Amino acid sequence: MKLRAVRLLAVVSVPALVLAACGDDDDDDAGSTTAEASAEEPAVEGDITVFAAASLTDAFTALGTRFESENPDASVEFNFGASSALREQIMAGAPADVFASANTSNMDQVVDGGAAADPQNFVTNLLEIAVPAGNEGGVSGLDDFANPDLLIGLCAEEVPCGEFGREALANAGVTPSIDTNEPDVRSLLTKLEAGDLDAGIVYVTDVMAAGDAVEGVEIPTDQNVVATYPIATLTDAPDAEGADAFVEFVLSDEGQEILQSYGFDAP
Amino acid sequence: MLHAAIGVQIGDFRLDIGLDVGDGEVVALLGPNGAGKTTALRAIAGLRPLDDGRIELDGAVLDDPAADVFVPTAERPIGVVFQDYLLFPRLSALDNIAFGLRARGQDKASARRHAHEWLERFALGEQAHAKPRTLSGGQAQRVALARALATDPRLLLLDEPLAALDAGTRVQVRAELRRHLATFHGARLLITHDPMDALVLADRLVIVEHGHVTQTGVPADVTARPASRYVAQLVGINLLHGIATGEHTVRLDSGAELTVADPLPGPEVALAIRPQAIALHGHRPDGSPRNTWTATITDVEADHDRVRVTLGGPVAATAEVTPASVAELGLVPGTSVWATVKAVDLTAYQR
Amino acid sequence: MARRVGARRASQQRVPWWILLLAAVAVAYVAVPFVALLQRAPWSDLGDLLGRSIVVDALRLSITTAFAATGLAMLLGIPLAWVLARTRFPGRSVARALVTLPMVLPPVVGGAALLFAFGRRGLLGAPVYDSTGFLLPFSMWGVVAANTFVAMPFLVLTVEAGLRAADPRYEDAAATLGASRSMIFRRITVPHAGPSIIAGAVLCWARALGEFGATVTFAGNLQGRTQTMPLAVFLALESDRDAAIALSLVLIAVSLAVILPLRDRWLTA
Repeated sequence: MKLRAVRLLAVVSVPALVLAACGDDDDDDAGSTTAEASAEEPAVEGDITVFAAASLTDAFTALGTRFESENPDASVEFNFGASSALREQIMAGAPADVFASANTSNMDQVVDGGAAADPQNFVTNLLEIAVPAGNEGGVSGLDDFANPDLLIGLCAEEVPCGEFGREALANAGVTPSIDTNEPDVRSLLTKLEAGDLDAGIVYVTDVMAAGDAVEGVEIPTDQNVVATYPIATLTDAPDAEGADAFVEFVLSDEGQEILQSYGFDAP
Repeated sequence: MLHAAIGVQIGDFRLDIGLDVGDGEVVALLGPNGAGKTTALRAIAGLRPLDDGRIELDGAVLDDPAADVFVPTAERPIGVVFQDYLLFPRLSALDNIAFGLRARGQDKASARRHAHEWLERFALGEQAHAKPRTLSGGQAQRVALARALATDPRLLLLDEPLAALDAGTRVQVRAELRRHLATFHGARLLITHDPMDALVLADRLVIVEHGHVTQTGVPADVTARPASRYVAQLVGINLLHGIATGEHTVRLDSGAELTVADPLPGPEVALAIRPQAIALHGHRPDGSPRNTWTATITDVEADHDRVRVTLGGPVAATAEVTPASVAELGLVPGTSVWATVKAVDLTAYQR
Repeated sequence: MARRVGARRASQQRVPWWILLLAAVAVAYVAVPFVALLQRAPWSDLGDLLGRSIVVDALRLSITTAFAATGLAMLLGIPLAWVLARTRFPGRSVARALVTLPMVLPPVVGGAALLFAFGRRGLLGAPVYDSTGFLLPFSMWGVVAANTFVAMPFLVLTVEAGLRAADPRYEDAAATLGASRSMIFRRITVPHAGPSIIAGAVLCWARALGEFGATVTFAGNLQGRTQTMPLAVFLALESDRDAAIALSLVLIAVSLAVILPLRDRWLTA
């Protein structure tokens, strides 16, 4: 698993660096100052509510546990779901401290709505084809998604992984024969694990997280889409200090190490 | 011809009766509530299988537990008029009557034709399309009867056919029912607790009490010689049990002795005394009546133009007197009176 | 003026004021969200929104599957209700508890259970798929199956109650007239249970129309094939709020169109 992550890191590092360079200059500055600051600040206390994209479930849960062990008076609670659903909840006034989205478009809408400021990209993710263990459908690439005899699932268009999945298919010039558009990536994975679907497009991190239940089939780089994940403290955060501390932690070396162990790539 | 030996056990209650009904006969099964009459009807109808016994109709065995024979209700050639008529509420009178014919395979058109004939016969032509809830009590009863007869049954069962009517209509409908029953020539069995029904409608009575038959016979005999307190009360006669102590004397269970005019029929006798035959006096009467006793009044009840006075004491009986006597003698519960009855007014018969 | 008249009427009916107050709160509690929905509705764009294929497809699918599920529920549920009401057999209470279970279970759990049973690798689904290639999930029949699963209990319980309340003596009368047991069931039992059957069918239909969790988990989500109104609303809510509201209004209108014409007397025994 780790070897693969390193390999991916090597492959992706060039475009990732380019992307990072295209991001706000402020990001880099903010990153360095907060990284220095965190070493000196006292332990955080309070309840921190984090809204995070479904694909961050396992990684962020681990981050949360580590954060809590380093800050015993703090407790982190997560609300995982489709980024678009989370965006709606935040705009409707849900009491959250931090928002971590699976794409920049949802974060931009939150920022435009005045609910967040100063988002920072913290990881990137690539897409991968997921098939049930055993790959009975014999899926080898995106071309197979046009096969009407196979049961194909995608995320719904409205959610990031669905939007990117369709982009990847367009890149490959494939018109897919879709059987279901799942509301979020986790429910898609569940059906793949159970063998109710033959193939679906999920994130690299999801394939890793599913372990033996699911096999991955690589999507070539020229077809693949890089998903950039931004994170931000919300303007109306009930615990702004805790929120900032958590965001710092995510961006810190320690946080990045944990994220990459789950298959994410550096931002 | 119905031959029924009915043995049914329901919890602690045991019904054990024998019953025969000939073609052309109307038999009334008469008894108090809880006697088992309805159970008997349900057994004959097949709605309740026998525990032991045998039911045979026109030579065909309908129920014989010992021989493991049971004919289901739908296959028995019977017609039943239920206590509440149970006319199907969503069907018109016409379709109610046609129901049995349709059940036996007739098509809708011919079933309705036959049903129309029955309606005419019962003078219900105008009610053909009426729903049961719009019919009067008497009309509903006729529809129920027509419905039961339309399938040409060998045995007609009627369960308290007049119970659903108020007192006023009952008398008139009873007379009508008598006429209608006469038009059916098969066996007819009537269940009732009302003695007037039995007396007006039946050729023969079978008295059932506590699950057993206590008396059978034609109405005249049963009323003249009631064999049980229930029947005696029913027909309004006092019944006293006693032992013969001489050719004309009877000692009652209470110890009192009464003298009867006619020779006694046997050692154990029942004495029947009409309430009207008991005379009440304020003082011990002079003259001949041998049967004289003091009694305490336990109840005084007016009944139209007569008054029934219930007497407690050595001779427990009910006397019937005029209102004038009540006033004259000051008859109120708790007071004592002298009672007499003439020997010739005592009817004795073997128990 | 109006208040005085109201007070007199209320006292004439002799209803305690606090009962009226609570009842008014109950009505308001249900009415206010609908009013808010109506207020947010994109009235000017409504015609255009309603013509969109996503709306038409979802509506057609919802209505078709709700009726199909109700029909299936009646076919299976009425005999079941009769057995539960009229017969005694060991395990009857277990059977009734089982039939009631989908009412208590979260619909998503119901959908998952259906997958375990009828999915491609399911208990019954696997052998059927291997031998015939037929699969319930991801098809309209999957939607009907999910709807029936969650909605049938409503019908069964309502009809069972109606049958229990019905007088069994009418069936005795029919038997004495020579009617066979199936004739009795068809011409006496079922018609007498009419009002409870109608009430049960309406409840069943309404539940099926609004079903979401079991449908999305078992049948999936695909426009035109498995995307019913509730699914369409759910997804539209995040991407196209106006479309979501338009869809919701259509759902409400359809439901009212079915429920309002049913008068009390058809619903009471």
